[in-house]
Amino acid sequence: MTGTVTASLSAQPFFAALADSQREALAGDGTAVMVAAGERLFDEGGVADMFWLIELGRIALDMRVPGRGDQIVETLGPGTVLGWSWLHPPYRWQFGAVARLATSAVAFDAPSVRRRCDADPAFGYAMLRAFTPVITERLQATRLRLLDLYAAPHQLSHADIGPVNP
Amino acid sequence: MTGQRTAQRTAQPTAPPAPAGPAAETPAVPRFYRVASRREDTADTVTLELTEPAQPVPAFAPGQFAMLTAFGVGEVPISVSGLGDSGGGRARRLEHTLRAVGAVTRALHAAPPGSLIGVRGPFGTGWDVASAAGRDIVIVAGGIGLAPLRPVVLSALADRSRYGRIVLLAGARTPGDLLYAGELERWSRDGVEVAVTVDRADSAWSGEVGLVTALIEPAGLAPGNSVAFVCGPDIMMRFTADALAARGLPASRIRVSLERNMRCGAGWCGHCQLGPLLVCRDGPVVSYDRAAPLMRVREL
Repeated sequence: MTGTVTASLSAQPFFAALADSQREALAGDGTAVMVAAGERLFDEGGVADMFWLIELGRIALDMRVPGRGDQIVETLGPGTVLGWSWLHPPYRWQFGAVARLATSAVAFDAPSVRRRCDADPAFGYAMLRAFTPVITERLQATRLRLLDLYAAPHQLSHADIGPVNP
Repeated sequence: MTGQRTAQRTAQPTAPPAPAGPAAETPAVPRFYRVASRREDTADTVTLELTEPAQPVPAFAPGQFAMLTAFGVGEVPISVSGLGDSGGGRARRLEHTLRAVGAVTRALHAAPPGSLIGVRGPFGTGWDVASAAGRDIVIVAGGIGLAPLRPVVLSALADRSRYGRIVLLAGARTPGDLLYAGELERWSRDGVEVAVTVDRADSAWSGEVGLVTALIEPAGLAPGNSVAFVCGPDIMMRFTADALAARGLPASRIRVSLERNMRCGAGWCGHCQLGPLLVCRDGPVVSYDRAAPLMRVREL
């Protein structure tokens, strides 16, 4: 089973920067899982004790907005990692996650990976280097979406919209 | 005088006899095109089909733009979104997709079938789709940036065997703002690899939510054998081009379509100057190796 997970990790660029031995160690904390479309992986505020490397399918990150239901803030597809709230206290999910399509993934035992990171700083640093670009990219994407670049002037709610096209 | 001016501003012109001889080709004189059809693509965006069988302007290439006149209101640069009948090197039929954002585009947006619109052009550089022969075509569109890219898709499909994969990645503000939804499905059936994402989903949306750049990695591109065509807001183009370049696509094979304050269309007036470029003449389509340094200058 670990061999299958190791192969899955090797096939995905996300953990490409990890040494083979580090990838094998990480695979020891991973399990191949299938998630049915519509199945919820976690709720906002729940204990963040897992993370997933998505191989196929689509997962939506959402947040419950009173009066508007579950609002999807982002979707994640193949090759991306779901969940980083396990990295830092308080280890609670900031959003919810639900499968939009049938999804196959590798699910990791986050507390075990955390212990491995603490015990082996080289491994921990490699993991941090794998996760940091994802966090950075998603932060940049969120900032760009905040700019509402595709909006027409009349769709912008703030006043400073600059010159209006003819 | 004021009354006369008011009358001029509101009168619907009739098409005068077309000038003959060399004057007919002057880029400063608009031709009268009739609105043959008007299709509402989204709440604020329409595609106008324009026809002029008698004295059409020269044929457009994908990526070029026209100066469209709403008589009595003003003139705006709008890229072609469909080339229609361009037989004999003449644009007898043109399509323009435009969004109502200001006085002129609101007037054009409201132009009913049968009304007249002034057309000058074609202006600027095109996408040069043919130069992608033998390679994969990667099209990345943001918002209404899909409109100038539509002729790229249509021309690649019309000559399908010349190209490898055709990948279309499109971002829209909401599902309701997505252009050409029906055509996207048809293109997908015709073998175009279409992926769409929106910034804000509604309850009926089952697709991707996020920035268009998030579609690049899952597309599994072959950077060594691809040509990219990118159009959308400047910042979207910059981040997209950087993301493509980071995956190994040379900046010289990434083309972007710049939008500046085009007025004359012929490089005479300088309103659209962007550093060393006059965008109406040297653009709007330029390769990213030329555009990147200019797009990062705050004052330009």
